[in-house]
Amino acid sequence: MAGIIILGVIVGMAIAAPLLTSYNPITQNLNATLLGPSAHHLLGTDQLGRDTWTRLLYGLRLDLRIAFIAVLFPFCLGTVLGCLAGYFGGSADVIIMRLVDIVVAFPFYVLVIALVFVLGPGARSIYIAITVVGWVSYARIIRGEILVAKRQDYVLAAQAGGLSSLRIMGRHLLPNVVTQAFIYAMSDIVQDILAIVTLGYFGLGIPAPTADLGSMINDGQNFLSTHWQLTTIPGLVVVVVGLGLSLIGDGLADLLRPGQS
Amino acid sequence: MSDAIPDTVLEVRDLHVRIASRRGTVRAVDGVSFEVPRGEALGLVGESGSGKSMTLRAILGLLPPEAQVTSGQILLDGVDLVQLGRSDFNRIRGPKISMIFQEPMSALNPVMRVGRQIAEGPEVHLGYSRARAADRALELMRRVGIPDPERRFRAYPHEFSGGMRQRVMIAIALSCDPEIILCDEPTTALDVTIQDQILRLLARLCRESGVSLVFVTHDLPVVAQVCQHIAVMYGGQLVERGDVREVLLDPRHPYTLGLVRSAPDFEYVRESLVPIPGSPPSLITPPPGCRFHPRCAFVEEDCRVTDTPLRLLPGGRATACLHYERCLEAVAADRARP
Repeated sequence: MAGIIILGVIVGMAIAAPLLTSYNPITQNLNATLLGPSAHHLLGTDQLGRDTWTRLLYGLRLDLRIAFIAVLFPFCLGTVLGCLAGYFGGSADVIIMRLVDIVVAFPFYVLVIALVFVLGPGARSIYIAITVVGWVSYARIIRGEILVAKRQDYVLAAQAGGLSSLRIMGRHLLPNVVTQAFIYAMSDIVQDILAIVTLGYFGLGIPAPTADLGSMINDGQNFLSTHWQLTTIPGLVVVVVGLGLSLIGDGLADLLRPGQS
Repeated sequence: MSDAIPDTVLEVRDLHVRIASRRGTVRAVDGVSFEVPRGEALGLVGESGSGKSMTLRAILGLLPPEAQVTSGQILLDGVDLVQLGRSDFNRIRGPKISMIFQEPMSALNPVMRVGRQIAEGPEVHLGYSRARAADRALELMRRVGIPDPERRFRAYPHEFSGGMRQRVMIAIALSCDPEIILCDEPTTALDVTIQDQILRLLARLCRESGVSLVFVTHDLPVVAQVCQHIAVMYGGQLVERGDVREVLLDPRHPYTLGLVRSAPDFEYVRESLVPIPGSPPSLITPPPGCRFHPRCAFVEEDCRVTDTPLRLLPGGRATACLHYERCLEAVAADRARP
């Protein structure tokens, strides 16, 4: 439950960003560049005189929003395709699982970065890239679960009741297996946040001057020896978010798995 | 098709089911024929692997992918189910034919409320609205004797006892008013006392609503309690068929005789339980002639070579035994003992 507290605080801060700071994240003040922490600027300012605390809050806000949306698309796509592959088997299974093999042949980050590079920076590219690469894990999980579940008597009973395949999948199989995909989604969000931050770091994320944790880490890198907080604090925030989500994922797994029996 | 007897709900004619396996083709069901009269119950008995369950699944069109009906007809109200396409079959399963399973726990969806599972059939097949289907479910729950249906409607299967779960299964099977219900050992997984309640319930429904039953089991007393007719399967074939009391009290096939002698608490007269020696035949390479001959006490030379189709006997009975008179003598000898 520590995970819920950590994530609750962070999400709360992200949502309440406009209340927690009086600065604008993109307004430059060239008279106040690279200031140290003070009462006016809690974490100081960057090389363009923007308040680091403000940019941190808005960056967090943006990255979390993109991550939570980005996890939905592969979740839905992978669940549907995995379900079809597992239930029908045969050629549907072969085609879908070969697609999965093709995608998993590439390392996650390499493929995401390549796709965003081709599609151009921006939130839309990130969604597309993460969907194209991310659905395979859900498809594999759901397919495996369906293969087991479809041998259960209740599926035979549903067939004996003259229900259509679509209805059997939607009403009888998916509710029994979707928790596994849900648990995986919790750890997948962490991966997505890291991907978004990584893309930002490479300049492939949200275009400047919008605040984003990845680009903050990259911008601050040049001043690492004199103003270490510019890079280190956004990095630490990413770590804390990841930790919170992982803890929630573990907790959910413990909570949901015994109830499956 | 039109020559089916009007009062016959289900007629199986010379059904053959083959299963492809790595060791060869299994002749799981090999020329089985029987009829189920409207509003009556047929008991299909036999050992494990005798083809009873495959026969049921063939009737429902739900054979496993490696199994297939190779010949024969399954006539439900004169319509041949073997020729039916997938979507046509889905219109029959539920409103015309339904099934009750052996394990009521695993045959109910664990994450769906019981009431909704009962209501699903009427919603899909009878076009009922959600509310009307729920009313129908409540009515069915009352009919199968589930106490406090309004509260139980919202419960999940794991909150029910074994007997109550089986009642739910029966309610689901009844939900679209089918003409025939296939029961696959519906009481095997239950306590004896609960078993009796469920059997009484099935027999009552059969009487009251005119639904027919095909009752697959290896439990002879259960057949005697519920069914009017019996068909005995051995090695994928029918060996004896007829009125349930006549067949069980006066068997005309050595295998039926063996079953009756080896079953506890049945009225058949005997000194002690007599097991049938040997084990069921391989259905990949079945023995030639009568399939029961390697285990038969009355075996003669012709049993080893001659095929043994069912032959009609007086009184509407049929047996596959070439020397069924030997059973008459054995039964008489059993009776003569004090």
